[in-house]
Amino acid sequence: MTLREQLRAKISAAFYHHGLLCASYPVPIILFTSASILTCCYPLLKLPLPGTGPVEFTTGVRDYSVPSHEPHGDQGERPDWYRGPPVAYIQQVLVKAAVSPWDSSLVPVDVFRSPLGQVFRLLEEIRNHVYSDSSGVRSLESLCLQVTDLFPGLRRMQTVLPEHGCLLVSPGNYWQNQRELFDSDPDLFKTIQKHEPKGLHTSATLRDLLFGVPGKYSGVSHYNKKRVVTYTITVVLLSYDARFLNSLRARLKQLHPSANCSLREDHMVHVHFKEEIGIAELIPLVTTYIILFAYIYFSTRKIDMVRSKWGLALAAVVTVLSSLLMSVGLCTLFGLTPTLNGGEIFPYLVVVIGLENVLVLTKSVVSTPVDLEVKLRIAQGLSNESWSIMKNMATELCIILIGYFTLVPAIQEFCLFAVVGLVSDFFLQMFFFTTVLSIDIRRMELADLNRRLPAEASLPQPKPVPLRTREAPPPPRPSPHTITLQTPAFRNLRLPKRLRVVYFLARTRLAQRIIMAGTVIWIGILVYTDPAGIRAYLAAQVSEQSPLGDPGVSGLSPHLAVAPVFAAGDPTSALNIHPAPDPTPVPENQSQGHHSSVPQITWGAEDEEGWRRLSFRHWPSLFSYYNITLAKRYISILPVIPVSVHLSPQEAIETRHPHDTRHRPPLIPKVSADLQTDLTLYKVAALGLAAGVLLVLLLFCLYRVLCPRNYGQNGAAHGRRRRGDLPCDDYGYSPPVSEISPLLLRGHSMDIECLASDGMLLASCCLAGQIRVWDAQTGDCLTVIPKQCRDPSIGGENLSEEDYFPLRRRASPSRLALFTDQPDLTPLIDTNFTSQPPSHLSTPPKEGFDYGSLVERAYTEHEPPSPSSYPCASSASSSPSSAAQPQRRLSVGDGGGASSQERGSGSGSQAAADWESSVWAMELRGNLIAAGRSSGKLEVGLWDAVEGSLRCRNEDGVSGITALAFLNNRIVAARLNGSLDFFTSCARPAAGAPGQGSMPPSPCYTSEDVISCQLTRSVQCAHQKPITVLRAAAGRVVTGSQDHTVRVYRLEDSCCLFTLQGHSGGITAIYIDQTMVLASGGQDGAICLWDVLTGSRVSHVYGHRGDVTSLVCTTSCVISSGLDDLICIWDRSTGIKLYSIQQDMGCGASLGVISESLLVTGGQGCVSFWDLNFGDLLQTVYLGQSSDSQVVRQLLVLDNAAIVCDFGSELSLVYVPSVLEKLD
Amino acid sequence: MSLTPKFLTLTAMSGGAGAGPRGPYMSFITDRNTNLLIRGGLLFSVGVFLALVLNLLQVQRNVTLFPPDVISSIFSSAWWVPPCCGTASAVIGLLYPCIDSRVGEPHRFKREWSSVMRCVAVFVGINHASAKVDFANNVQLSLTLAALSIGLWWTFDRSRRGFALGVAIALLATLTTQLLVYNEFFQYTSPDFLYIRSWLPCIFFAGVITMGNIGRQLALYEHKLLQKTHQD
Repeated sequence: MTLREQLRAKISAAFYHHGLLCASYPVPIILFTSASILTCCYPLLKLPLPGTGPVEFTTGVRDYSVPSHEPHGDQGERPDWYRGPPVAYIQQVLVKAAVSPWDSSLVPVDVFRSPLGQVFRLLEEIRNHVYSDSSGVRSLESLCLQVTDLFPGLRRMQTVLPEHGCLLVSPGNYWQNQRELFDSDPDLFKTIQKHEPKGLHTSATLRDLLFGVPGKYSGVSHYNKKRVVTYTITVVLLSYDARFLNSLRARLKQLHPSANCSLREDHMVHVHFKEEIGIAELIPLVTTYIILFAYIYFSTRKIDMVRSKWGLALAAVVTVLSSLLMSVGLCTLFGLTPTLNGGEIFPYLVVVIGLENVLVLTKSVVSTPVDLEVKLRIAQGLSNESWSIMKNMATELCIILIGYFTLVPAIQEFCLFAVVGLVSDFFLQMFFFTTVLSIDIRRMELADLNRRLPAEASLPQPKPVPLRTREAPPPPRPSPHTITLQTPAFRNLRLPKRLRVVYFLARTRLAQRIIMAGTVIWIGILVYTDPAGIRAYLAAQVSEQSPLGDPGVSGLSPHLAVAPVFAAGDPTSALNIHPAPDPTPVPENQSQGHHSSVPQITWGAEDEEGWRRLSFRHWPSLFSYYNITLAKRYISILPVIPVSVHLSPQEAIETRHPHDTRHRPPLIPKVSADLQTDLTLYKVAALGLAAGVLLVLLLFCLYRVLCPRNYGQNGAAHGRRRRGDLPCDDYGYSPPVSEISPLLLRGHSMDIECLASDGMLLASCCLAGQIRVWDAQTGDCLTVIPKQCRDPSIGGENLSEEDYFPLRRRASPSRLALFTDQPDLTPLIDTNFTSQPPSHLSTPPKEGFDYGSLVERAYTEHEPPSPSSYPCASSASSSPSSAAQPQRRLSVGDGGGASSQERGSGSGSQAAADWESSVWAMELRGNLIAAGRSSGKLEVGLWDAVEGSLRCRNEDGVSGITALAFLNNRIVAARLNGSLDFFTSCARPAAGAPGQGSMPPSPCYTSEDVISCQLTRSVQCAHQKPITVLRAAAGRVVTGSQDHTVRVYRLEDSCCLFTLQGHSGGITAIYIDQTMVLASGGQDGAICLWDVLTGSRVSHVYGHRGDVTSLVCTTSCVISSGLDDLICIWDRSTGIKLYSIQQDMGCGASLGVISESLLVTGGQGCVSFWDLNFGDLLQTVYLGQSSDSQVVRQLLVLDNAAIVCDFGSELSLVYVPSVLEKLD
Repeated sequence: MSLTPKFLTLTAMSGGAGAGPRGPYMSFITDRNTNLLIRGGLLFSVGVFLALVLNLLQVQRNVTLFPPDVISSIFSSAWWVPPCCGTASAVIGLLYPCIDSRVGEPHRFKREWSSVMRCVAVFVGINHASAKVDFANNVQLSLTLAALSIGLWWTFDRSRRGFALGVAIALLATLTTQLLVYNEFFQYTSPDFLYIRSWLPCIFFAGVITMGNIGRQLALYEHKLLQKTHQD
C-alpha cells in the first residue's frame, strides 16, 4: 500500500467519522458553528463602516508641526494618512451677535440686519491684520490659500464666491463684501434665499458654505426667538503660522470679548476624506458582482434531489459569505488591517473560495443509497468525496502560497485573506453545511419516502418488451432500493416568449422587488446622508463623544463621526463629559426688568466644533468649487475664534433699511423658531406619507397587472406536505387545489377496461367481464350485467317486487376500500333467499350454491393478469332480468332476435366458453350497449331502468373484436385478423307493427322491441394486420391497423374510400369528428392530419418517443399523448408544437377536452384542468383521500361537463368545478 | 395506457414493428448555420461587453490614452475597440469547439456554466489587477499576470490545444496592437515593451482562454442535440 493510498484511506475514515458526528448531533454542532462565526466576526465591529465618510485625527495645537512625508518610528496612534502637509488649514471665526437689550419697538428684521452688518467690520479687521516680528511681516494675503477661477459650470456662483484671491468666505459674500450693497439691500432674507437650490438637497448648500453653520442655527429668520445670530467667517490658509494666528485671535478677542466663553483652543482636528466613487468606477465593480451572482446562480442551480433546494442554496451562500467575514475578522484580530477596498476584492475572494465543495458534497450525499440510515448516508457521502476535497484544497492553498511570494503587497494581502477564508470555509463546510445537509436529508427521508414508496410500488407490471425497445432507456438506478425522485417541476410547458416574460415577472415579482429595494436604498441613502439623521446619532453613540445626559446636543453636534477607531485619543471627550455652559451668562449693561426677551449669547460645547454640525460634504464641496479634490487627502481644522457682538437698539435702528419697516412681516408672538423647522418636518412627513401611499397604490396596480390570478388562495401550508409536490407548471405556479369529493362509483371488483358513455348513461366493463351501467347524473348503478346470468334463470321464477331491494342496496357505492388487496366477495353474498328454492342446491350442472367454490373462483379471478370472466354467481343480481325476461319471451314469439337469443343461450357449454372471453370493446348508444369480446362474439344488450338483458348476439366471427363503433343503427366491429364487419341493428315493435323502415334516428328502444343484429357486410381483408383502432363519425368509418395504414370507409355502403399511407409504424390512435377532421397517430410517434375528402395528408409531425396513445382535436389545435407520458399540443394549421405537458407515469392516455379551451388530464390520484390556449394549469382535483396510490388511466368527458375516470377498480365521476365553468 | 389483455395481444401481434426514422422536428435547432449564427452573436456581444468594461477600467487609471475627443463619448474608448474585441471573441469562441471537434473528442473538462462564470470572474480579476494593483516594477507585474493566466488555463482548460491556440492568438494580437500603437491609433501612458505594456500578451492569453471556454460551453448544446438526433 503506497503512502498515497494510506493517506487516502485515513482521510476517508476521518471524514466518515466526522459525517457520523455531524449527522448525530446536528443542533449542538450548528449552535457551535454559529457561535464561532459570531466570535470570528466580532472584530469586524471595530472596523469603520464602509462608505465615503471622512475620518478624523486630533492633535494639540501647541506642539503642532507639519507632519513629514516619511513615516515616523512612533506611528502608534497616528493614522497612515496623516503624512505631509494638509490641503489647507481652516480657521473659522465664529460670530454670535445680538441686539440687546431687545426693544419692543424693533422689528423682526432687526434681529439679523445689524448683526449681519458687523461682518464687514470683522472682515476688514481680518484682512488688514498684520503680524510683524523679527522674521518679517506676515499678513493674511501671504498665508491664505490663493484660489483662481471657479470650476467651469459654476458661473452663477461667481458673484458670491471669491475668485483670484484668498479663499475667505463669510455671509458678506452675498453682498460682494461691500457694506454699501448690504445697506441698500431692501430684503436681506430674499438675497440669502435667492441662491438656495430648489428641491430636496442632501449636501452642502451655498448658505451653509457662507454662514459656516447649518441654516437653522444661524438665526437668520423672521421667527428667531433667541434673537441671536450666529455665523462664521471661514479663512482657508495654505500654511500654518502659529504666531500670526495667535495674534489674530488675540486681536479679535480684544475687540469683541466673549465674557462667558470657555472654549478650548488647544486642539486641531485633521479630517481625512476618502475617495468618492464615481459612476465610471462603479461599472466594472457592478460587472464583477453580476458575474459573481451568475456564478452563484449557476452553482446553486445544480443542487438537486434534496428536500429544499432553496434552503440548501441559502446554506451554501451563507457558508461562503460567513467564511469571508470570518477571514476578515480573524485578520483584523491579528493586527492586519485591511487596506484593500473590500468591495472590490470581495467577488474575487468568493470566486477563489468557490461553492464547488459544497455542491460536490451535496451530490455525493444524495447519491448514496436511500435505504441507509441518514447518519450513514452523510458519512458515506463525505468519505467518498474526502480525497477530492482535500486534493482541491491543497491545490488552492499551493496556488495562493505562490501568489503570496509575488511580494506585491496588494496580492499578498489578498492571498492572506484568501488563505484564511479557505480554511474557515473548509471549517464551515465540514460543520455547518454538512449538518444542514443532514437535517435536510432527514426531512426528506421522513416526508418523501413515505409518500413515494407506495406510489412506486403500486405501479403495474412493466410495459411489454416490444415497447421497451422504442422507449428511452429507463433512468439509471444506482441500487434496487433507490428511488428516483421526480424533479419538482415536472410540467414542461412551452409558451410564447411574451407570456414567458410576463410569467417570469409575475413569478419572481421582479418589478415589485426592484421597486421595494429601490425604496429601501433611497431611504437608506437619505438617512445616511441626512446631516442630523440617524447616522450622526449612531456615530455619536459609537464614538462616545456625546455629552452624557444631553441627547438633544448629541443628536446635533458630531457630524463627521465615522471615527470610532481614533476616538479614544480624543481629548475633547473630557470636555464634553463635563460640559461647561456658563450658569449665569449675563450680558453687561443689562436691565433685567425688561419683558422677558433678553437675547443671551451663550457659548456651549457645541460651538467648539461647530463645523461638525455641517454636512460631511461641506469641505469637499467648497474645495471642489475651485477644482481642488479632497479625496484621499486631509484638511486641518484649527480651533474657532469666538466673537461676541452686542449691539444696542439704537444701532439696530440706524442700520435699518426703509423697506424693512414698511413691509413688516406679521409678528406672530407664539411662532417660535422651532415651528419653522417643525413646519418643514411636517411638510416632509406629509410628502413622505403621500409618496408612501402612492407607492403602495403603484405596487398594488403592478401586482394586479402582473399577477392577475389570486395567488392568495393557495394557502401556504395547504396540503403541501401532505400531498407532496403539487402539480405545478414550469413557472412554479401551483394552482389552487380543490378538494371536491368526486362521486365514486364502486362495484367493479377488478380494474376497469372499457368505458363508454352517451351522456346520460355510463357503461363500464372491468377485467372480470362485468358490465355495469351507471346513471351519469347521479352516479347510481342502474344495472349490472354479469354475462350469461340470465341463462340459468331463464327457466323462470316469478319474483315479487320486494326482490329488487337487495340489488338496489348493493349497487349503491357502499363498499369500503379497506381491503383492496382482497377480492370483492360482496357479489357472492346472497340475500335473496326467497328466490332460491332448496331444490336448486341439488342441481349440480347449473348454478349451484357451492359457496366454497365460489370463493375459490373469486380468489382466482382476483389474480390480475388472468382475464377470466366473472362468475355469474349471484342470482340476486340476475333476478331483475329474470323478472322481466319471462314476460318478454312470452310476448316476443318468433323472430330474428329471438332466434339469435335462443342461440346465445343455447347450451351450458357454450355459455361456459363465453365466460372465458373478456370484453375488449364496448360502445353505448341510447340504451343499447354493444360489446365486442375476445372470442369474436358481438353482443348487443339492451338496457333500461330495470333490465340488463342481452338482446341479440352475433358470434359469426372467430377473431376477437378489437374495436367497435356504434353509429345510429350501425355497428362496425374490427377484428384481430384484420377484417371489418358491418352490422345493422334493427328494432321491430313487439306488436309487429310496421316499424322496420322507420328507423328512429336515435336508437332508443323500448324493451318490447325486438332487436336484431344482422351482419350486412364483412370486409374480410380490410387490413393485413390486426385493426387496432376504429372510429366513426360523419358517415365515415376510419380504421387504423398494425399494417401502417389508415382506411376510410363510408358507413352506408361499407365502401372503402381511401387507404391512407404515411405512417412508418402501426396506427395506435385516430381521431375523427363531425367536421371531418381526421388525425392519426402511430407507433413511430408521428401524428398525421388528413383531409378526409381528398385523402391527402395535410401535415405530419413527430412528437413522441413511443406510441401515440390518444389524439384529440379542437378547432385550433391537436392534442396528442404518447407512451412517453407527454401530452403535446400542436397548432392544427401549422403543425407547430405549442407546448407539452408532462404527465404522471402511466397516465399518458388519460386526457379529454371539455371545451375549446379546457383540457383535462389525469394524474396520480388527481385530475388537472389546463387552459389550452396558454398551457396554464387551472386547477387540480384530487379524487380520493388516499391520493398516492392510484393512477388515472382512462378519462372520459361526458356531455354534461362531467368527467369519468377510472380509478383502479372504481370509477370517479367528477363534475367540473364551477370556477372552470365561468371560463367557458 | 392500461395493460389490458387486448393491449397485450395487440402488442404481441404487432411484433417487430420497428421505429420509424426521426422526423425533422429538431431540424430548426440543429441546423448548423442557425446555431453557428446564434453562437457567434452571443460571443460577439459578450466580447463587446467585456471590452467596454475592461477598457473603462484601464482608461480610469490612465493606462491607455485615446484621443481626447473620443474619451468624452459615452463608451470612453474609440468606437472601433468594442467591435474588434467582439469579432475577435466570436472567432475565438467558434474556433475552439471547431478545433476540438476536428482533433477528436469535445472538451470535457469542467463543462458547466458555473465553471465558465468562475473563469470569466477570474479573467476580470486579472484585468483588475493589471489596472489597479500597484506593483514595484513592470517585470513583476508581467510575471504575476503571466502566472495568473497560466493558472487560469490550468484551472479551467487543461487542454494542450487550448494552450497552443491561446499562445498563438495572444502573440498575433500583441503584434496587431504593436502595429496599431505604432501607427498612433492610440497609445499607452508608460509603454515598457516596445510600444505597449508588457502585460498585454498575458491579458490576451487569458482572454482567449476565457472566450474559448464560453464558446465550448455554448457548443456543448449543439453537440448534445446532434448526439440525440444521431442516436435516434
